[in-house]
Amino acid sequence: MKRVVITGMGAVSPFGRGTDVLFASLRKGLSGISRIAPPHDGRDASGPCPEERTGVTVKAGRGEIGPGKMSGQRQRPLVAGLVPDIGIGALPRTLRRSMSPMSAYAYLAALEAVEQAGITPDKLKGGRTGIALGSTLGSPEALESFFRLYLAAGDTSGVKSMLFFRSMSHTAAVNTAQALDVTGRVIAPCAACSSGCQAIGLAYETIAFGRQDYMLCGGTDEFHPLVTGTFDLMNAASSAYNEHPEQTPRPFDAGRDGVVCSEGAALLFLESAESAVHRQAAILAEILGFATMHAGGSIAEPSPGPIAACMRAALEDAGVAAGDVAYINAHATGTELGDIAESRAIADVFGPNIPVSSLKGHLGHTLAASGALESAACIAMLREKTVLPTRNLEEVDERCAGILLPQNPVAVQGGLVVKNSFALGGINCSLVLRSWND
Amino acid sequence: MTDREIVERADAAIAEEFELDPGSLRPEALFREDLGLDSLDAVDMVVVLEQAFGIKIGKDPAIASIRNVGDMHEFILAKKRGLEKNAS
Repeated sequence: MKRVVITGMGAVSPFGRGTDVLFASLRKGLSGISRIAPPHDGRDASGPCPEERTGVTVKAGRGEIGPGKMSGQRQRPLVAGLVPDIGIGALPRTLRRSMSPMSAYAYLAALEAVEQAGITPDKLKGGRTGIALGSTLGSPEALESFFRLYLAAGDTSGVKSMLFFRSMSHTAAVNTAQALDVTGRVIAPCAACSSGCQAIGLAYETIAFGRQDYMLCGGTDEFHPLVTGTFDLMNAASSAYNEHPEQTPRPFDAGRDGVVCSEGAALLFLESAESAVHRQAAILAEILGFATMHAGGSIAEPSPGPIAACMRAALEDAGVAAGDVAYINAHATGTELGDIAESRAIADVFGPNIPVSSLKGHLGHTLAASGALESAACIAMLREKTVLPTRNLEEVDERCAGILLPQNPVAVQGGLVVKNSFALGGINCSLVLRSWND
Repeated sequence: MTDREIVERADAAIAEEFELDPGSLRPEALFREDLGLDSLDAVDMVVVLEQAFGIKIGKDPAIASIRNVGDMHEFILAKKRGLEKNAS
């Protein structure tokens, strides 16, 4: 088994393009959440395809979820973490035509990771570089376009060829592979909000077993009402802070009221430690362990036991003890049940003295991208030896007590981090990361 | 609609869809070699022309013989003439 290290990182987030702006915004404690347009934009099902955001036109009101009226006692969510204009339209048409926003985000993040790793294009296309890149599903926007045309016409006569390439569930992985001319293995784990974390874990195993020399890995997602609307159906989407978007989500806080869906991508560049040392690459961190397990039981309701089991399995894979861990980057999205279950699991495995925080308070829930974006942020925190607190955590919910939830940055001595991601459907993931020089 | 108007509308639709310089759409310009379009673009060209003229083209075998912009002009002109003839 080879030791696996990270030598490149790239990101697209609600703060914009690049890891620099991501890390700087997190350090400043900024919010990436904004209010989105409430009214239905009245797209005509009999008209042409809605413009995809990688095309010429960026639709106004793209974030709408439905009328923002009171529905029973609960308002519709009108908050999201949307990626600002990052110049996707400047990508060559031949690449862009098959890309929905999630693929474009992933490609741009991959370019940044490859550049930081200092890898030349010939290394990417030699068959020894692969990609593991997941998303919640293929582009919902492309699927929506297909069915608008199909249902209006009663056949596929008005459908352009690229809608399928944007909507297939491995769209981001193959678009990124095609754009970078990566010819090794391409894996597209599809595990909803655990996809990014799972992709990193699969890439880690791929390098550890020597199946590939290099792996680009991570997650990506684009905003669409399908996901936010589904959280809303389950009363798990935040809507109480529509007038104050920066105050939500609120992981672990007594006033939390659910998830805020966001979009973005992050990719990490992995290789063996031996490879990185040989080519004198700057090593950002090491991946020590990984576990992904199904929770069993409910398809949606989180439970402390399986989360604890997954974290223990990752620690065992890493060959470290719970007491060695300096920081836990929680999945905590700000839902009632999820934050409680994760808190109890962390308390069970790690006790009350290891700092825990969630970056969802800054970023919202970037879904399949979250595991990768937050892992990248963990690596930045490891390098700076300071962990960031949970934004919007003001009054800890007593049901989340029993773990250390700092409300200010905390200096840490050790270099070991556990990163959690959990998904609807019961897919849990935990990664163990370590700074290289510890 | 005159032949010139038909050609101009077709060129405008193709230029917009495939992000081409309208000036590059000379009759002798080959779609693949000169304009960089491929087989998937050819599939979409049919949909673009259908939407530009509000007509059904479908899987017309004559499409396979379109190589350059002039062929496309001839194709769409013939299609329009055929529709007008049938309508009268």
